Amino acid sequence: MILVWLIGLLMGGGLLALLLGKWNKTLPRWISLYILVIGFIALISFWFDNYNMISIEPSSSWMVDFQQKWIPSFGISFHLAIDGLSLILLTLTFFLGILAVLCSWKEVTERVGFYHFNLLWILAGISGVFMAMDLFLFYFFWEVMLIPMYFLIGIWGSKNREYAAYKFFIFTQASGLLMFLAILSLYFIHGKASGNYTFNYFELLGTAISPEIVFWLMMGFMIAFVVKLPLVPFHSWLPDAHSEAPTAGSLILAGLLLKTGAYGILRFVLPLFPEAAKELAPWAMFFGVVGIIYGAILAYSQTDLKRLIAYTSVSHMGFVVLGIFAFNALAFQGVVLQLVAHAISTGALFIMAGMLKERLHTREIDQMGGLWLQMPKMGTIATLLAMASLGLPGLGNFVAEFLILLGGFKASVWFTVLATIGLIFSAIYSLRILQKVFLGPTERTESIKDFSKRELAIMAVLTISILWLGLFPQPVIDTAKPMINKLEQLFPASSNNIQPIKPKPRIENNDK
Amino acid sequence: MTSNDFFALTPLLILAGSSVLVMLLIAIKLSHRSIQIVSLLLFLISFSSLFHIQKILPYRIEPLLVIDDFSIFIIGLIIFSSLVVNIISYIYFEEKEEGPKEYYVLLFLCSLGACVLATSKHFASLFLGLEILTVGLYALIAYLRGRHHNIEAGIKYLVLAAFSSAFLLFGMALIYFQTGTLEFSAIARSLSQHTLLPPLFLTGFGLMLVGIGFKLAVVPFHMWTADVYQGAPTPVTAFIATASKGGVLAVLVRFFITIDGFRYQTVMFVFISIAIASMIIGNLLALQQKNVKRILAYSSIAHLGYLLVAFIPGGAMSIQAVSFYLAAYFVTTLSAFGVITVLSNKEKDLENINNFKALFWDHPVLACIFSAALLSLAGIPLTAGFIGKFYILAAGMHNGFWALALILVISSVFGLYYYLRIITTMFSGQQNTSPQKSLAHPVFYLISSIVLCALTLLIIWFGIYPSGLMELIEHFQIR
Repeated sequence: MILVWLIGLLMGGGLLALLLGKWNKTLPRWISLYILVIGFIALISFWFDNYNMISIEPSSSWMVDFQQKWIPSFGISFHLAIDGLSLILLTLTFFLGILAVLCSWKEVTERVGFYHFNLLWILAGISGVFMAMDLFLFYFFWEVMLIPMYFLIGIWGSKNREYAAYKFFIFTQASGLLMFLAILSLYFIHGKASGNYTFNYFELLGTAISPEIVFWLMMGFMIAFVVKLPLVPFHSWLPDAHSEAPTAGSLILAGLLLKTGAYGILRFVLPLFPEAAKELAPWAMFFGVVGIIYGAILAYSQTDLKRLIAYTSVSHMGFVVLGIFAFNALAFQGVVLQLVAHAISTGALFIMAGMLKERLHTREIDQMGGLWLQMPKMGTIATLLAMASLGLPGLGNFVAEFLILLGGFKASVWFTVLATIGLIFSAIYSLRILQKVFLGPTERTESIKDFSKRELAIMAVLTISILWLGLFPQPVIDTAKPMINKLEQLFPASSNNIQPIKPKPRIENNDK
Repeated sequence: MTSNDFFALTPLLILAGSSVLVMLLIAIKLSHRSIQIVSLLLFLISFSSLFHIQKILPYRIEPLLVIDDFSIFIIGLIIFSSLVVNIISYIYFEEKEEGPKEYYVLLFLCSLGACVLATSKHFASLFLGLEILTVGLYALIAYLRGRHHNIEAGIKYLVLAAFSSAFLLFGMALIYFQTGTLEFSAIARSLSQHTLLPPLFLTGFGLMLVGIGFKLAVVPFHMWTADVYQGAPTPVTAFIATASKGGVLAVLVRFFITIDGFRYQTVMFVFISIAIASMIIGNLLALQQKNVKRILAYSSIAHLGYLLVAFIPGGAMSIQAVSFYLAAYFVTTLSAFGVITVLSNKEKDLENINNFKALFWDHPVLACIFSAALLSLAGIPLTAGFIGKFYILAAGMHNGFWALALILVISSVFGLYYYLRIITTMFSGQQNTSPQKSLAHPVFYLISSIVLCALTLLIIWFGIYPSGLMELIEHFQIR
């Protein structure tokens, strides 16, 4: 029931914010904040309650399961369930949601009610995606998050916002429709074979599909997910959408929307079509590596700070694809960690870009420089974030990327070697941000304010999270473990032959 | 005719009687307002009579008409759309130069024609219904006869419709020549003796298809659509887009299912080509339009293409998909044209896309209604259009029409662009700070807005909880 409450809370809160927004400008902010904090606390306490269960008995992976008839004539039900992976991503959703409300506190002054309505409905759609266990419902939520995001970019974005909003919407909608076709085909194939027409995920698992069709079905799903992710040939919507969106929009795009793509591959593509996924693996890893290097090179050549950060996302998401298609437990753990760590570190960079833009009214890094003198606090935190982004040990991204590379090495040596080269590029672009923005000579004479208390609080929370992920990632790994074990069982050949390293890189004395 | 026959025909008889009654009321010089309210009541009575006659279904009035669940459903949709058109017409025509009263007489006649189409199982009633509908529409389209666009649209429609009626009649004659009957089920019996489609029948059917295709405005018989949609008074456009097409589509479905035309490859090939052409060309032509009414015209071509995709597989699923999509399409189209009507002023309809700038900030409620309608036309979840599209895709893929489903999906992505363009226009631009003009007809403005809100709620209701409607249409059968 908690799952339904979470979605209901977000949607109801959105409507409330919309209505009260007509009367008062601050009320929608407080309502959204309260709702997200309540949801976050509920999730955290749920996590604590279930943590023992997860670590003791990792076999039963579904923690909550809620099913209600929705459109019975088509076998569609309102079916929500979460396992560890969903729980991690849900908590992340609410966490970033709180930050999104906080960072738009001063930035958004017009149509506040409608803004928060959209914000909460995007989060509702994303939460739904992470919970839905009925393929129709999944597609439903998949699309629900698009329209408010379209409004968010199109109304509150910066100069070129309309173009970016179109591009975002049409890319994701077109690929989503292909997925919908694949879902429908799966539904009919399963229905004709078993006589039971249903969209239920658990029943569709293990449907026997003839080899010619299965590839196309999988591609239907894959296209939708890799566009969202984005994998390299499909990434061109991302820099536009990220750079034109308001700060909260970029935060949610980078932190959450991209994660729905990875989640979809882990949850749907691999379990539904394991054989076809194996065939696709070399290509997927190839494009993942291309993404890592291509994203990093393009990131280096950008002059627009937000575009630069957007391209780093392309690079980081390449690691995710590489890890997923390595098909072993180490890489899967790395992928889960990478999803969380990237959401936090890149989200933090976008928030910082937003703060810089509020102060300097530009995103061009050529017009920045020497800002450390006036903003030492921001400079310090930026250094930390840049270090996280380049994968310095001790920070979240390092653990994630290290695990992915370790797992990837078992699957394909050469791709992993190439991916490791990508890490060098990431050091180059991260240091360039620091150098161009905070170091060097300054030409600005007017005074620029450092962090306000609100901004400092946001950044402090993010920094602590990154450090925590870097030093003690075990809770996240443990929570996702049941899911990872199940995935691993689907691909025995690639993981059973060698088991040299136990998946606990540096943490031996955890809290069991 | 027995008294039961009359009972079964109550909704149609009320419509026919109303047109005479309203004519008499005009003769005694009642005001526009009272005539509007009387016709509103008459439409309501006719609509509610549909619920009373349900207990004797299915009922045949040999040899012309059949009244079963499906025809009642379509009649319900037609009367519902006339009802909404009737409500939104008041503001629109009150401000115009023509005397608005005769308009209501014509509206009743057109609805009657469409309803006859929906119930007919005989070529004679088909043609009668079609002509009642079409002749009424000639006058309705050119109603504001002083205006350039109206006259142009009226003449265009007149010439082409007369032309297509001739084709239809000739086609019927050929089929009669081949089979010796005009009744659908008798034609089916006659056809069942042949294994192949007789060439005369095929020719006759081809000619009929020209007539039907014209009414449905599918490619390649779509040339009139944009001009007529643009030229006709907006409430009339709403009527053409919904009721007139719904009636024709209903009779097409009934004819085809009765004669089981789905087994003939040639015929199906023709339908598949028409469907593909309509989806692609309709959506492509809409991309560069600047006039919202024209955009909706081209989008309606594409939507009829979608409906044909639902129709082509045949069988029970097909009827359900057509019925559901029609319901969704009716509600959506009515609310879209309703918004345009409410926003139109004395001189000009609000139809240029630039006039929609900043609508979100000037008229937030209307803009939201319009966006909901456009998103439903685009088939985005939470709206009726999405479930409708799902139904169509399910019907198509269930019977193995993969390519059609794929083309539908691809063409609807094109469609997305122009729907989004309108929505983007609505929230671009700055708020109009000049004081709002006071409304000329606050009461009717309020009523229209309430109706539009109700339509939007229906769109969302069908989008979130379609089970109710689905259960209603689940058992539709054409015997």
